[in-house]
Amino acid sequence: MTQEITKLAPAMPKCWNPETKPHKFCPGCGHGLALKMLGEAIDELGIQDKIVFGCDIGCSLLSWDFFNIDSVQTHHGRTTPVITGIKRARPELIGIAYMGDGGGYAIGSQHLVNSATRNEKITAILINNTNYGMTGGQMAPTTLPGQKTETTPYGRDPEESGYPTLGPEMVAAIAREGAYVARGSISNQRQLKNIFKKALQNQIDGNGFSFVEVLSSCPTNWRTNAEATWRFVEKDMAEYFHTGEFKVPGQKEEK
Amino acid sequence: MKEKPVKGEKRVFMTGNEVCAWAALAAEADIMYGYPITPQTDIMQYWTRLAPKFGKKFLQTEDEISAGFTTVGGVIAGKRAFSATTGPGNVLFQEPMSMAEMMRIPTVVIIPMRGGPSTATVIYSQQEVTMTTFGGNGEGFRVVYSTSGHQDLYDYTIKAFNTAWKYRFPTFVLSDGYQAKMREPLTIYDPAERGIKMVETEAMVGLPGMPGEDRPPQYLRNTYNTEEELFDVVMEIAKDYEKAALEIMEWEHFDTEAEMDVLILAHGVVSRAARGALPLLKAEGIRAGHFRPITLRPMPEEEMRKAAKNAKRILVVESAYGQFLKLVKEALYGLDKPIDTLLRPGEGITAEEIVTKIKEGR
Amino acid sequence: MAIRIVLAGEGGQGVQVIANILAESANAEGKEVIYIPNFGVEQRGGVSIAFVQIDDKRIGSPKFPKADIVVALSNRAVNRTRQYVDKRTTFIYDNSLVAAAEIDEHAMGIQAVEADPRSQRPTELVDEGKVKDQVQLPDNAANIIGIPANDIAKNELHPRVFNIIILGTLLKATAVVPLDRIKEAIEEKLGGKFEKNPELRDLNYKALDKGMSLVERVD
Repeated sequence: MTQEITKLAPAMPKCWNPETKPHKFCPGCGHGLALKMLGEAIDELGIQDKIVFGCDIGCSLLSWDFFNIDSVQTHHGRTTPVITGIKRARPELIGIAYMGDGGGYAIGSQHLVNSATRNEKITAILINNTNYGMTGGQMAPTTLPGQKTETTPYGRDPEESGYPTLGPEMVAAIAREGAYVARGSISNQRQLKNIFKKALQNQIDGNGFSFVEVLSSCPTNWRTNAEATWRFVEKDMAEYFHTGEFKVPGQKEEK
Repeated sequence: MKEKPVKGEKRVFMTGNEVCAWAALAAEADIMYGYPITPQTDIMQYWTRLAPKFGKKFLQTEDEISAGFTTVGGVIAGKRAFSATTGPGNVLFQEPMSMAEMMRIPTVVIIPMRGGPSTATVIYSQQEVTMTTFGGNGEGFRVVYSTSGHQDLYDYTIKAFNTAWKYRFPTFVLSDGYQAKMREPLTIYDPAERGIKMVETEAMVGLPGMPGEDRPPQYLRNTYNTEEELFDVVMEIAKDYEKAALEIMEWEHFDTEAEMDVLILAHGVVSRAARGALPLLKAEGIRAGHFRPITLRPMPEEEMRKAAKNAKRILVVESAYGQFLKLVKEALYGLDKPIDTLLRPGEGITAEEIVTKIKEGR
Repeated sequence: MAIRIVLAGEGGQGVQVIANILAESANAEGKEVIYIPNFGVEQRGGVSIAFVQIDDKRIGSPKFPKADIVVALSNRAVNRTRQYVDKRTTFIYDNSLVAAAEIDEHAMGIQAVEADPRSQRPTELVDEGKVKDQVQLPDNAANIIGIPANDIAKNELHPRVFNIIILGTLLKATAVVPLDRIKEAIEEKLGGKFEKNPELRDLNYKALDKGMSLVERVD
């Protein structure tokens, strides 16, 4: 005797691909939360079938088959130009370039800066977890002063290697009217989802470059327990990297 | 439907760079991405002037890495996208081209070679053969056409788009700074009038329909987890490449079917000097022939060997220090023929100089 | 047989203009032609050189070691182009810009190297200050033709057409392309400017004729 098994929709965004879940990110990794907020934003805007999603090398690459969305995994730091190339060739598509701190602030920084100054109509999303996760936890441009990593085993010394990159601040300073620049955090998911929605809407409206940095966690390489992990994101990182919007179209300059 | 850029046929007298821009237009290219570098910059300058008249697009990127990756993006979005670079720019291009090789992305890149290594000269050489045929961290799954003049530049730029999109390997039009900057006569034409149909493009992302419902989502990647997986992927590409090679390879030969005292092997613009040397040698009673590979990748090895078998000696002539020679030696491996060389990195070579070299050897 | 021509001068003297006119004329005649300029890293400065080849059959190489005709419009150009001269070469230069070599008013038997007596300049004292401007004219050429093009242009026509005077000399001396084709090419290139300013057409044609009147055919 067979019974109809009611299929329950999985408790995940509609645009996620359930067949590739559970995902391959580490337990406690912030990518999962960020991608969930991104998924919900995409669902609420109804643009799933218009997006091309690009991911970088590093942990972001694990999102290559995450969504039921056409996706392309690129080379390290090259997600921004690949998505730019796609958007320029097919302006009707929505281009999302998803990368980590290295892909945006180190090897990919020249592409980020130039996409911003050219006001490319794409949405770049950068996951900031203050280290290079996939390669084992080396220093990233966003590593905090004093933070221990595989290549700063005694703690990052700003005298030696400078201070952490303030990406959205830089992009906001060089971007033009029509750009949307913000920083969110996995520790405030409602805010993060709203930021994602605005960043995507900015592209839908054809205003200009949209850039979102997301404060995220990496307990594997931070070697922290759940509590310490959350505290690091919510407190330590947020003290240095301020969340909020840095540039919004039509906003008047505030000093 | 926008107007055709080239109608019918027309005899013109223009620089090689201008020829490339017209050929790309005639081939219905949609968008060019590029970064300035001498001596290819004029291709971009002609394109930016002509393209808007025919609804075509252009993006000047921040560097050649970006030019290569934006070209990849344009192609996977389903548009006939192309770029042009040379020298140090070509070095940077190896990264995006490796990705194109792995992911079977049909990019078209025009390369007018300049002196090397490093900045060297902006003028001329044949010193980017190794890099263009086997650059990057791949196995050389690429198509490389070596042009010898403006008619070639026009014909093979158009053909490059068709070869790329039909067989799905990154395709290069390898010329040089002389061809780029010189003016000589040629006939430009509408490909359709010569029975050349442009191969349809296909998008790899941004397909119609809801992914996951109407159709599966397209997942493109170049990362693999196990050695076995990679082996399978690469061997699959190799199989496709070997099969396609038979249809793609092209060559020319002059007086190589009879017995020769010397067979001259040369490619690109130097092939013109080799051809010019033949009657001069004949007048001196020296039986010479010339074999010119038009595709350096895939190399027409069998045909080259056939020609080489008829010669007592072989002379390899190139404006580099042995880059073409390496490819020749690989092609002729096993043939017991003495190989002489006239290697002139970064310098032009005339027919007279080839004749002198051959006479010296006697 | 290919005719190989090298033209050289200072940037701004119009070397590439006359080289292109020559190349376009030959192309219009249905000949095989290659024109190629030299080009280096600098945007400005340096000697501007053009290589032109004209033949009935396809030309082998865009550049060549020795030329049939060399045209040098400045001191530096003379020095720079000596390497292209051999015993076949006709060497044409502007001798109003080039200091003649080894001139001493009191010396006997020393003459400036001039092929055309009509353009012989009076000898003058060697000026120490000008010594470094003196050049070595090639001593191995078949013919050397000195034309005071710059002086003629300045005094009789207009400084800007001095390169067209040289073009006229080149045409007459070598008959490399018919005069009609040259005129067509000039019209093609400069026709727009002539429309706005018809005197320019006369000026250019006069310059051509003047240049031609200064020599006889040499080869």
